[in-house]
Amino acid sequence: MALFTIHVNGESKQVDVDADTPILWVLRDNLRLLGTKYGCGIAHCGVCTIHLDGDAVRSCAYPISAVGDKKIVTIEGLSEEGDHPVQKAWLEHDVPQCGYCQAGQIMTASSLLAQNPNPTDEEIRRAMNGNLCRCATYTRINRAIRTAAKDM
Amino acid sequence: MAKVKTHFNRRSFLKLSAAGGAGLMLQFSWFSALAKENPNLESAFDLNGYIKIATDGTVTIASPNPEIGQNVKTSMPMIVAEELDVNWKNVKVVQAPLNTDIFTRQLAGGSNSINQSWNALRMAGATARYMLVEAAAKAWNVPSSSIKVDAGVISHAASGKSAGFGEMAEAASKIEVPKEVDVKSIKDFKIIRNSQFNVDGPSIVTGKPLFGLDVYGDDMVYASIVHPPAFGMELKSFDATEALAMKGIYDVFTIDAYPEDFERGYFDITAFPKLIIITGDSTWRIMKAKKLINAEWMPFEEHTIKVKGFRGNATDQKVPTKIENTDKQYASMIALSKENPRQARKDGNPEKAFANAAKVIEREYTAPYLAHSPLEPLNFYANVTDDKAELIGPIQTPEYMEQSVAQRFGLSLEQIDIQMTRIGGGFGRKLFGHYLLEAAVISKKIKKPVKLIYTREDDMTFGAYRPMYHAYYRAGLDENNNLIAFHVKAGGIPESPLYANRFPAGAVDNYLAESWTIESNITTAAFRAPRSNFMGAVEQAFLDEVAELAGKDPIDFRLELFDRAIKNPVGERNDYDAKRYAGVLKLIKEKSNWGTPKPGLSRGVAAYFCHNSYVANVVDLRMENDKPIIEKVYCATDCGIVVNPIGAANMIEGGSVDGIGHALYSMLTVKDGVPQQKNYNDYHLIRNNDAPWDVETYFVESDVHPTGLGEPPFAPAIGALTNALYKETGKRYYHQPFMVDIESMFLKDEAAV
Repeated sequence: MALFTIHVNGESKQVDVDADTPILWVLRDNLRLLGTKYGCGIAHCGVCTIHLDGDAVRSCAYPISAVGDKKIVTIEGLSEEGDHPVQKAWLEHDVPQCGYCQAGQIMTASSLLAQNPNPTDEEIRRAMNGNLCRCATYTRINRAIRTAAKDM
Repeated sequence: MAKVKTHFNRRSFLKLSAAGGAGLMLQFSWFSALAKENPNLESAFDLNGYIKIATDGTVTIASPNPEIGQNVKTSMPMIVAEELDVNWKNVKVVQAPLNTDIFTRQLAGGSNSINQSWNALRMAGATARYMLVEAAAKAWNVPSSSIKVDAGVISHAASGKSAGFGEMAEAASKIEVPKEVDVKSIKDFKIIRNSQFNVDGPSIVTGKPLFGLDVYGDDMVYASIVHPPAFGMELKSFDATEALAMKGIYDVFTIDAYPEDFERGYFDITAFPKLIIITGDSTWRIMKAKKLINAEWMPFEEHTIKVKGFRGNATDQKVPTKIENTDKQYASMIALSKENPRQARKDGNPEKAFANAAKVIEREYTAPYLAHSPLEPLNFYANVTDDKAELIGPIQTPEYMEQSVAQRFGLSLEQIDIQMTRIGGGFGRKLFGHYLLEAAVISKKIKKPVKLIYTREDDMTFGAYRPMYHAYYRAGLDENNNLIAFHVKAGGIPESPLYANRFPAGAVDNYLAESWTIESNITTAAFRAPRSNFMGAVEQAFLDEVAELAGKDPIDFRLELFDRAIKNPVGERNDYDAKRYAGVLKLIKEKSNWGTPKPGLSRGVAAYFCHNSYVANVVDLRMENDKPIIEKVYCATDCGIVVNPIGAANMIEGGSVDGIGHALYSMLTVKDGVPQQKNYNDYHLIRNNDAPWDVETYFVESDVHPTGLGEPPFAPAIGALTNALYKETGKRYYHQPFMVDIESMFLKDEAAV
């Protein structure tokens, strides 16, 4: 056990956990930020995606001890009112089916658009390839990203 | 307007108000954020279990069935709201408690939620509307027949009186429930048939806790499992010294969720009733501790388990002692497919017709085990004491699992409270609720609330897979290229996928359908469009070859057969409506501009009927570096009335891509009984970059009773994919998944078998 001070969604939080604990479980078990999901534990499905200094990162395979002073943003902190252009586009296209993967999809998509505001269709598909959607809403996900790109 | 009988009486409704109301409150206690968003709930008046109306006019509608991504939490309340005649914008939706006194069939499966609850939902809305009108008539002392309701406002033209629902809610709650009520004419629908956004959309895109995995109770203990690594094995002994030495690990022990004399329900399938359980203070620690358990396993003896059938007929099921290997399973399927199976249907004289045929074609198809692998792994929250069981989590069959819990602990149904969370995908897997019962057994044993979490590896290697399937087809054409004989022989491990009375039965004079099975200790379970997910795909691939042999366009060839089935059907029982079947083919032909070549793309077509709906697909693709680039999928669907078009289209899009993905990439194999794919690094699901670029959906305009969409799109999309791949590559694909060389991996010795 060790004390870690991490910066999550604009707030400083102190947690007392094992050094190898993935950020995912700190968010969920310690901070009760439950929007970030568990899917595979090996960074292969993307449902746990968060932003670490703006980069999309799989939080299930990223130990808390490696975070340092990097800033964590989760789905809960992406926007104050749930009105980030990507979130709005997701609603406009009624993307979710079961919805379990969508927070991760939105975090990857918002990171993509922050770094590449006008991606081609192929760039969207490649950037989103690490995020599984078992309900296979991929066509709507990509449409929503194209809509969000126009709004940003 | 039509009259429908109301199925509840005052007594059952009052019972619900007591029990069900409490259930709603309990659910809100663990989603305190949601409770804050619904401050009017506590003071609202309950009209019939489905509908609560607050004095400010807010209408809360309880959605009865588990929401698994099929949109029922939006579409079912839409039907209630339609008949209630409320403005959809003023409706709040909550998940109903499990209460079979008031709600019918609280189950997510068989694409049947809308189909089987359509009348009950309309009745619930119409009943409440009736009670509100009667209350107003009483208050204003006017005949109820002179009162109108529109979008949540009750009005009486002659006197100029009007009132919102909220003002009449209390009085309405005291009106006698009518024995029958009028429902709207279909032409008067205002909410149904108009796209309404997913009611949980805003919560989903902002990461609100909705799923079973998001349930965190006070003083909750985390629990993880260790199960036998191979099918056919059971625990011999274990040493947990290292795990117990870890900080935060409370205990390691074994449970037997289903003791040998337990009569299992239909949904109690499990390969591993006896498990090692690790409890601790956090998810990460129990996941680490799992790996430190030193367990010894041994092959189990052949034994029988008692299983109640779906309709209560108990049977003894043999569990064979056997260590399975995929290559041997393929060999045994091929061997059995050559033997004499069980005849399921015979029309005319198939053997004579084949002997007289000018051309005969025969083909074989296979498909592997599939793991459902919903992204939310199996998990459940349980708090079980001597006299009550509180269970919260993702379950497609709460009603059935409630019975299993009652039987397991000797509790009455009233002592059990199962709460349905939103389900993070199931595809059939979460029909089978052993994980719910396991959580309950753990909680009872440790006398604490517990959250049981399967790791992805646990989820994928635990069994209850889509069965392995094999189908042999043979068709005979006369000299004029008419289909005169058709033979299907299908089987699988452990079930046969055959539907003997489906197309082309009824369209061919000489028809033979046969079936066989091979037992195994590898558990299998319903997987999205059970049996149809294979039969629809391969039947449509075979018919494409038959059409080619006949020198006919594949759509025209099918339409000829449907024409025969419409005008002069063969046999007594054909489980499809040939007109509706032909209807989706005609629609897809028009919408896809069939017959107009698309430069650089190859296209295939298919159509299938299952789970009461009809879907036809056209797939347009090209190959690039030996990988299919699917540029477009067209879908034409006939599901009767389309309740919520935007949600319906989402189902069709996802179901088509899901079918295509599994047929191209997914497969679960076993070696020495051990599943060889354990996580998403080696179990290949379709990803964004492999997925079709675009899916266009069209619906047949219809006033027919609505049917479901979760399952019907899966199989025909595979058929259309298979046929498009042939057009592109000149090669027919017979063994799923197509991107894996099944023939060289598992079928090399086929000739020798």
